[in-house]
Amino acid sequence: MISIRNLTFSRGNRKIFDNISLDIMPHKITAIMGPSGTGKTTLLKLISGQIKPDSGSIFVDQQNVTTLSRSKLFTLRKKMGMLFQSGALLTDMSVYDNIAFPIREHTHLPESMIRTVVLMKLNAVGLRGARDLMPSELSGGMARRVAMARALALDPNMIMYDEPFTGQDPISLGVLVKLIQTLNQTLGLTSIIVSHDVQETAAIADYIYLLSAGKIAGQGTPEALNTSESAWVQQFMQAKADGPVPFHYPAHDFTSDLLANKKQ
Amino acid sequence: MNIFQVLGQSTLKSLAKLGRGSLFFISILSGLGYVLKRPNLLMKQLYSVGVLTFWLICIAGLFVGMVLGLQGVYTLSTFGADSSLGIMVAASLVRELGPVVSALLFAGRAGSALTAEVGLMKATEQLSGMEMMAVDPLKYIIAPRFFAGFISLPLLAALFSAIGVIGGHLAGVELLNVDAGAYWSQMQSSIDFYDDIINGIIKSIIFAWLVSWIALFEGYDALPTSAGISRATTRTVVNSAFAILLFDFLLTALMFGAN
Amino acid sequence: MQYRSLEILVGFFVSIAIAALFFLALQVSNFSALKDHGSYAVKAHFDDVGGLKTKALVSMAGVPIGRVTEINFDAQNYDALVTMRIDSRYNTLPTDTSASILTSGLLGDKYIGLTAGGLDEFLKNGDTIDLTQSALVLERLISQFLFNSSDKSE
Repeated sequence: MISIRNLTFSRGNRKIFDNISLDIMPHKITAIMGPSGTGKTTLLKLISGQIKPDSGSIFVDQQNVTTLSRSKLFTLRKKMGMLFQSGALLTDMSVYDNIAFPIREHTHLPESMIRTVVLMKLNAVGLRGARDLMPSELSGGMARRVAMARALALDPNMIMYDEPFTGQDPISLGVLVKLIQTLNQTLGLTSIIVSHDVQETAAIADYIYLLSAGKIAGQGTPEALNTSESAWVQQFMQAKADGPVPFHYPAHDFTSDLLANKKQ
Repeated sequence: MNIFQVLGQSTLKSLAKLGRGSLFFISILSGLGYVLKRPNLLMKQLYSVGVLTFWLICIAGLFVGMVLGLQGVYTLSTFGADSSLGIMVAASLVRELGPVVSALLFAGRAGSALTAEVGLMKATEQLSGMEMMAVDPLKYIIAPRFFAGFISLPLLAALFSAIGVIGGHLAGVELLNVDAGAYWSQMQSSIDFYDDIINGIIKSIIFAWLVSWIALFEGYDALPTSAGISRATTRTVVNSAFAILLFDFLLTALMFGAN
Repeated sequence: MQYRSLEILVGFFVSIAIAALFFLALQVSNFSALKDHGSYAVKAHFDDVGGLKTKALVSMAGVPIGRVTEINFDAQNYDALVTMRIDSRYNTLPTDTSASILTSGLLGDKYIGLTAGGLDEFLKNGDTIDLTQSALVLERLISQFLFNSSDKSE
């Protein structure tokens, strides 16, 4: 479905991705994990063609998004859904209009049919009763579910989740985990989850890529990673405070640092 | 870092920004067709950009006109020329104050709001979200706002001048007993339709382009953080004011300097 | 807000603003006086135009009947050639009409005042007015006055 080859991307002098290659299998849930600041969200933006890499290629449905024209990219994006961290709902429209928005923009369906589609999508995320609310009246978890319904509005065949679990209370967390899983199974979607919430992600992912410092630090099924011999993978998966990734940000020796004050 | 490096760096930065701004403007223009096909988008923005600035402009115009009337009478009566009050009030309003003051007020009221709105949309990922739904935010969000500003400001400036002239009448004629016939007839015989009114409108059209462009670009180019948006909003007001005054000087030199 | 009421408010705003434009055009400026009845050009030579400018009024008996359109220096006669356009409603000006450059009020603008002559032929497009009187230049007036008074005292 998606294959990334020799991707390099840098922001300023910092290399976010250094020559990485990875594949995302159709109809599976693939998780891309890693510590904050490893450019997981950037990867999603690269896949959807919002930003261009320095070098390398990204194939989605056999089309190289790095060289596609803007109009072809837009056509391709109708087949991609994306769930943003904040939900990215349009704040001047009701929940109903938010979900109807992509349908109205891209199809010429009559309003009665749009209504049917919108209510179906809202029912799938369990928020049919919230259709008249404005985005500002929604809780964080509800906003994400509405955004999920909107991402599904055009019946895409792949969907990307950007940090879907961050900052959620346990109940909405459970709802989201279950939703992602059921949607993937019932609709046969290809799902990509970008996250650093190990437990929830590992529970539903079919395959995991671990990113660190611009490289792929580990990959495999959740079970394989849990038993991985790599110390770094172990530290990340078990959420240990210290390990190959030190607790301390690189600094001089502590005692000499303290004494340095006296010398001045 | 030495002073030349700082100078060079900031020059390159502003040039790069100007380049981005120009590309941005070109994409706005290419959104014109889209806006014409979707008049309801334009209508909404005409409301929030034009109608919501309406009262501010009316009140400001009235008071500026009345002040001109009062000051005009005091100054002109020392030369026994208070019959020329109408010319003074109308010429200063139509040529300068109407376009300039309404553009400054517009930048403060509508321009800053546009920057904050677009910047917040960027910060809350609404713009990228739209992009992911294969809807071009430059066409759907930016273009209608630009054209709404572009249409509104010349109308507001005309309103400002008209109300200002009436304000001058209230202060000069009703309050300080300047002859009403002299006020209006002197005005009519000296204010030239093409030289004064049309040139004033041309000015306000150019200010409308400047302010809408600056406001939307600052919002679109803002750092998507609260500090970034607040700085962008400030920049909109400050840069718009600079641009308005600079262009006013250039345009005045072009239009009225020749004679 | 309902879309309908929004449309009404926008319509209200636009129509008031356009009314303001009309007000500026009709009440504040000379737009209504510009109604074009057609016009014809008449030329006149002056020794000195003083501060006369293009677009200055041309009036007869105090009523504006045209405007100055061009002021050029005539290199052959070393004087000023003024072209004015007169409203074609007033097409019965005798050919011996005289033109003089006058000032409205003490500090006012310069304008051209025409005084009708007595001939039966009328000025046509492109004709030249022969009888002209130059602008009064204050400095010259004062120096004349001084010379005159010094002559007398001798």
